[in-house]
Amino acid sequence: MQEFFELFTYDFFQKAFLSALLASISCGIVGTYIVSRRIVFISGGITHSSFGGIGIAFFLGLNPLFGAVVFAVIAALGIQFFTQRGDVREDSSIAIWWSLGMALGVIFTFITPGYTPNLMSYLFGNILTVSSSEIWMMTVLDVVVVAFFGLFYKTILYIAFDEEFARAAQIPVSLFNYLLIVIIALTVVFNIRVVGIILILSLLTLPQATANLFTKNFKVLILLSTIIAFFGTISGLFISYFADIPSGATIIFTLVIIFGVTRIIRFFR
Amino acid sequence: MKPVIEIINASFAYDKVVVLENVNLQVFEKDFIGIIGPNGGGKTTLLKGILGLLKPVKGSVSYPGKIYSTHKPFGYLPQVKHIDKKFPITVIDVVRSGAVMKRNLFHGRNEEKEKALQLLNEMGVADIQNKAIGELSGGQMQRVFLCRALISEPEVLILDEPDTFVDNRFEGELYEKLKILNERVAIILVSHDLGTISTYVKTIACINREFHYHRSNKISTEQLKAYNCPIQIITHGEVPHTVLKYHD
Repeated sequence: MQEFFELFTYDFFQKAFLSALLASISCGIVGTYIVSRRIVFISGGITHSSFGGIGIAFFLGLNPLFGAVVFAVIAALGIQFFTQRGDVREDSSIAIWWSLGMALGVIFTFITPGYTPNLMSYLFGNILTVSSSEIWMMTVLDVVVVAFFGLFYKTILYIAFDEEFARAAQIPVSLFNYLLIVIIALTVVFNIRVVGIILILSLLTLPQATANLFTKNFKVLILLSTIIAFFGTISGLFISYFADIPSGATIIFTLVIIFGVTRIIRFFR
Repeated sequence: MKPVIEIINASFAYDKVVVLENVNLQVFEKDFIGIIGPNGGGKTTLLKGILGLLKPVKGSVSYPGKIYSTHKPFGYLPQVKHIDKKFPITVIDVVRSGAVMKRNLFHGRNEEKEKALQLLNEMGVADIQNKAIGELSGGQMQRVFLCRALISEPEVLILDEPDTFVDNRFEGELYEKLKILNERVAIILVSHDLGTISTYVKTIACINREFHYHRSNKISTEQLKAYNCPIQIITHGEVPHTVLKYHD
């Protein structure tokens, strides 16, 4: 127990704790939108395409997260644009951005001279090495996400539920679709350090799947998902620290276990 | 009297392929128009045109009654197959979402909520207000979506194939309800099955790539044949052509 509380005196652990909290808020909110609207696959495409940005940033000696943001936003707008136009089938369009990003990422990290530091922490995350500046970015993201969903809660809910009806009521549906897809891109990228590109999708869907077992109310789903995400992330963080195993994978594994156990309990009750 | 909705010589197209030509339609107060036609005949296209979701490539669709800059004059009940039944939304929120058709209609959220509850009450489903949309039966869902269409106090109620997803018991109830509603709103009802609607509608339009509408309450089998409307749908069941004559 002594060791447990001592952890909180370490700077790296305080930052890890804080980033778990910040990630839970943005992922809880944005993930609820993603799951409700059934755009998990789109979000996966955006996430993986951001690896291209990371690779190019490595090569050019820039901040990898900066490259990831640029790439993710371009991919997000690209997927939304082609889907809206209807030229390319949505799932094909997603696959193209998905693989393009991964391919560019691999090529550019390969041709980057010397060792590419932190490559693994971008792919699989490492919550214990999150920097102060990254915490600030996550804080700004949370403020933006909370403000946007707070101000336009009803509009977002109505568009997600019945887009055609919203269009008929002259709600600027296309504009909101673009804004929301950019918010998804930003959420994915700024939380990459917590669980990594490969696993971030789970942080946006697993807490929601668990929360969905208890509620079918959009607002309650957001709150419950945030709490479950936070609980899972923190538990995973402790387990990974004491068992000395990778944090990102442990966090996701914990969230899966939480979902599984909850599902079984709900089944018998 | 000005029509609530007026369509003049409108043609509609997808990707430059014209699917519906020279549509002329005026919808007046207290009209009850049944639009029939086979699947793929253009019913959905026409509805999209009326709702403003699809701009005509030729001609015009307008709402001449008032200036509808901030709101639309219609309430809309879509086909329920287009609704994601697993979506995490409660009944009361679904009904309230209909208020977006008319901005500034309600002064504050409480008024909107009260109106939603009052409508649910009228439909006899006030007790399900906090249920999720996926927990409802077909009939309950229909009522909820009817409430959503009515909360904006529309001048025209547009129903897309409302007979496809209700239990038989509620179907009759729904049409009786529409008959009462028709005393204050015009109704456009789209269906591929004339049998059920023929005893309730006042006028009938036929759509099968072309649009035929005469403001009469009688239409003969011969006419429908001439308009290329599939005849089997009106000759089966208990619906001989005489049923389409006006009734009180």
